[in-house]
Amino acid sequence: MPQAETKAWRNDAYAKVTGKAKFTDDLKFPGVLHAAPVYSDFVHARIKAIDTEIAEAVRGVIRVLTAKDVPGVNHFGQIIRDFRIFADDKIRYHGDVVAIVVAETREIAMRAAQLVRVDAAPLPAVLDPEEALKPGAVLVHESHGSNLINTHVVRRGNVEEGFKQADFVIEQDFSTQFIEHAYLETEAAVCVPRPTDGVIEVYGSMQHPFSTRRFVAACLGVALSEVEIIGTPMGGGFGGKDDTAAIVCARTALAAKLLGRPVKMVYRRDWSMRESYKRHPYRVHYQMGVNRAGRITAVQCRIVADGGAYCSVTPWVTWRSTVQCCGPYVVENVHCDTFGVYTNNVVTGAMRGFGSPQMNFVIEQVVEMAAEKVGISGIEFRRRNMVRQGSVTITGQKLDGHKVAIEQVLDTVLREIDYEKKLAKCARGNGGDELYGIGLAMSYRGVSLGAEGVDFCAAIINAQVDGSILLEVGVHENGQGAESAMSLICAGELGVDLSRIRYRRSSTSNIPDSGTTVASRATIMGGGAVALASRELKKKIAEAFCAKLHCPADEIRFKDNFILGKSDADRIAFADAMREMWLMQKFPFAFGVFKAPRVTWDEHTGQGDAYFTWVYGCQAVELTVNKKTGKVKLLNAVAAHDVGHAVNPEMVRGQIYGGMAMSAGFGLHEEVKAPDGRMTTLNLNTYRIPRSMDMPEMKAIIVENPDPVSPTGAKSIGEPANEIFAPAIANAIYHATGQRHCSSPIRLGAQPEPTACEEGCAK
Amino acid sequence: MKLFVNGKEVEVPPTAMQKRIVEFLREDLDLTGAKNACDIGACGACTILVNDEPMRICIKLVKDFAGQRILTIEGLAAPDGTLHPLQQAFVDCGAIQCGFCTPGMVMTAHAFLLKNPHPTRDQIRQAIFKNLCRCTGYQQIIDAIEKAAPHYQHETAARAPAQTALA
Repeated sequence: MPQAETKAWRNDAYAKVTGKAKFTDDLKFPGVLHAAPVYSDFVHARIKAIDTEIAEAVRGVIRVLTAKDVPGVNHFGQIIRDFRIFADDKIRYHGDVVAIVVAETREIAMRAAQLVRVDAAPLPAVLDPEEALKPGAVLVHESHGSNLINTHVVRRGNVEEGFKQADFVIEQDFSTQFIEHAYLETEAAVCVPRPTDGVIEVYGSMQHPFSTRRFVAACLGVALSEVEIIGTPMGGGFGGKDDTAAIVCARTALAAKLLGRPVKMVYRRDWSMRESYKRHPYRVHYQMGVNRAGRITAVQCRIVADGGAYCSVTPWVTWRSTVQCCGPYVVENVHCDTFGVYTNNVVTGAMRGFGSPQMNFVIEQVVEMAAEKVGISGIEFRRRNMVRQGSVTITGQKLDGHKVAIEQVLDTVLREIDYEKKLAKCARGNGGDELYGIGLAMSYRGVSLGAEGVDFCAAIINAQVDGSILLEVGVHENGQGAESAMSLICAGELGVDLSRIRYRRSSTSNIPDSGTTVASRATIMGGGAVALASRELKKKIAEAFCAKLHCPADEIRFKDNFILGKSDADRIAFADAMREMWLMQKFPFAFGVFKAPRVTWDEHTGQGDAYFTWVYGCQAVELTVNKKTGKVKLLNAVAAHDVGHAVNPEMVRGQIYGGMAMSAGFGLHEEVKAPDGRMTTLNLNTYRIPRSMDMPEMKAIIVENPDPVSPTGAKSIGEPANEIFAPAIANAIYHATGQRHCSSPIRLGAQPEPTACEEGCAK
Repeated sequence: MKLFVNGKEVEVPPTAMQKRIVEFLREDLDLTGAKNACDIGACGACTILVNDEPMRICIKLVKDFAGQRILTIEGLAAPDGTLHPLQQAFVDCGAIQCGFCTPGMVMTAHAFLLKNPHPTRDQIRQAIFKNLCRCTGYQQIIDAIEKAAPHYQHETAARAPAQTALA
């Protein structure tokens, strides 16, 4: 495999560390107008009228836009078109936007937004997904006929038989909370009508430029070619900058189009928190049968996901939960029913993990509960049931196309943290004020989209006459280092210095729609496309120089900025070769496409080859619980993840550390509160994400088993890193206190300490 | 009224006195490194140095800074663009992901190391407590600050007495 430079490297590090990187709000355009959204105070209501007159009379206000100003389609959605650019018939949650105010300054727009009046007839709100499923429940979308968004199932073996074979049955209810992505940069857009041809240029903070383009074009009623989404540094996404971020762009683009001037809309934190979609809260009823030999005989589970007011990607999120509902364990008899449900709560959608953090919080506790019943350690129980090379998953997929590395990552973590020895020292509720515990969790995860959707990606390599190289890939820089990984792969494949590669600023008008930068798919899909484009380019170059280098084309090598024949003496410098190709009238240009290998799915049985490959991870944590205050202090953490091949190892570690921190927030700190459907956690003082002092020293161990179906050998890390630390914490707390906690965030009696904020900080 | 921003004297027009200082820096001076992420002083993304002290400025007004010596992220690198050793350490340690917290984080770390050039990792962890990062889990940020500390040890030894704030 070609080795690229492997120290920590990012093409954007210099700009970001000097403050020169221009995020959306940092961009300036002459004559720019500013927009602000208008909310109502309703949670569920039928709209009668929206009065914009008073707001429009404010000096400096240019215009107030509502649904009636949308020339194209006001309804959109990736799966069901139930989302609105502007609320039209009803308010369905407290974050629904009825209008935007466009004004000369942001202050004026914000002030005038308070003056828009919404006349509406309040409706009863349904805030509990179980209630929403009952006959006669208030309907969030009448035309949908019920509040059921979707169902998924797994039907495998015979669960009745399976439970008959069980000596013990573990039956437990679990629940998880709404989680806010809390990207440091809020949603933002600047839209500029291009004077020369009227194309609307969109600069914005979003992780799906192509779906943003679809929504913007549909809203404006123009062709896709009339909208250009231009890549702009993004201050974090974590799955959260898809639908909501796209609507913010669409509303801003509408204003720019109608007014013929650049318009900027930068979200205040409270707008972002109130309106943006969250991670789905889950309620899970889980039953596991086990026999005395410590083998799982059956699993039956019922999963209910609160989808909030609009569908968003609920069917896809809950699909992954369903496929992975038994964790990395072999279970012959499975009966799983999953329901995505509309409520009048805040919309829920994609968030890093995508349905797996909730399920792993359940499964990785249940296996330890089961182990205790059987009288063996949680580790031994896992070993007896975990998937191995050639195992068949609960959906009938045989794991034989890649290295099944679950035991490898488990053993790596056990060894590194000295788990077995420390487990014996756990307090289990006895001892002094600080109760010590250690715990772990592990998972496997299907890579990329799987049977959720169309999965392919493009890359363009355009070598220049002086030997410099322009690279462009259909994946988006979310802050994770995608552009850097793509550049490293390209340099490695072509055997040239990294300094030759210039990653082109991305634009939806340059490269074909390659899908969303989600599902931890950028490195495997984008990197795959880069590798294939590089190989295509090398083939063209080799054919051009095989005679000159006295070497068959397929034996020509690319190394150290040279193109080499059989011996190192037969060589031509890369830059010279590019000039000569120009003279030969041959373009050193290549277009590479990586298509995900085939996946299958039967919706009725929940059987199929759900994902084309899988990754494996294990994380462990040591902590203490203060007996009096309930305060949990994380002491030390170790993670091991099989990523296939680490393209940029420091960035891989960064993903692991960041994922663990976010998962610690899920397990211990974070909770969106909205008692009557009106959110009260509207800023980073009341919504408490982990701070430096909340995190322990962490060690991330990269395990590499290059994947045969990945052109680079690389797989995924973004989401795998963020789906098991919370259950590891839950297990450690159990070992410390002897108490199980089946709801997240885990509350041990004491409230979190006040958050740090200066005077003047809102409560 | 005057400010001293990154070593340069800046005359503040009377109309800007009531502006938030973060907006004055970002809009009037085009120093967009300091970010607005919460507007209530809860996240630290707007941190700059005022007379060598770290300050979160999203809730402060321009008029409160008369005569003060301000250092923003844009003033940390050498005039020729060479990164400050602390910035270089952030790059080398992989401490940068989305980059939105980075300017505030670097400035907080800079102020801390000026005061304590021999920190333990725990002290570093404490020093950046008020700066939120959602990407990194802080691990490589702490690595970077630790890596840069020796530079401040040499600096402190060679350093002239600190300038006092200009009235």
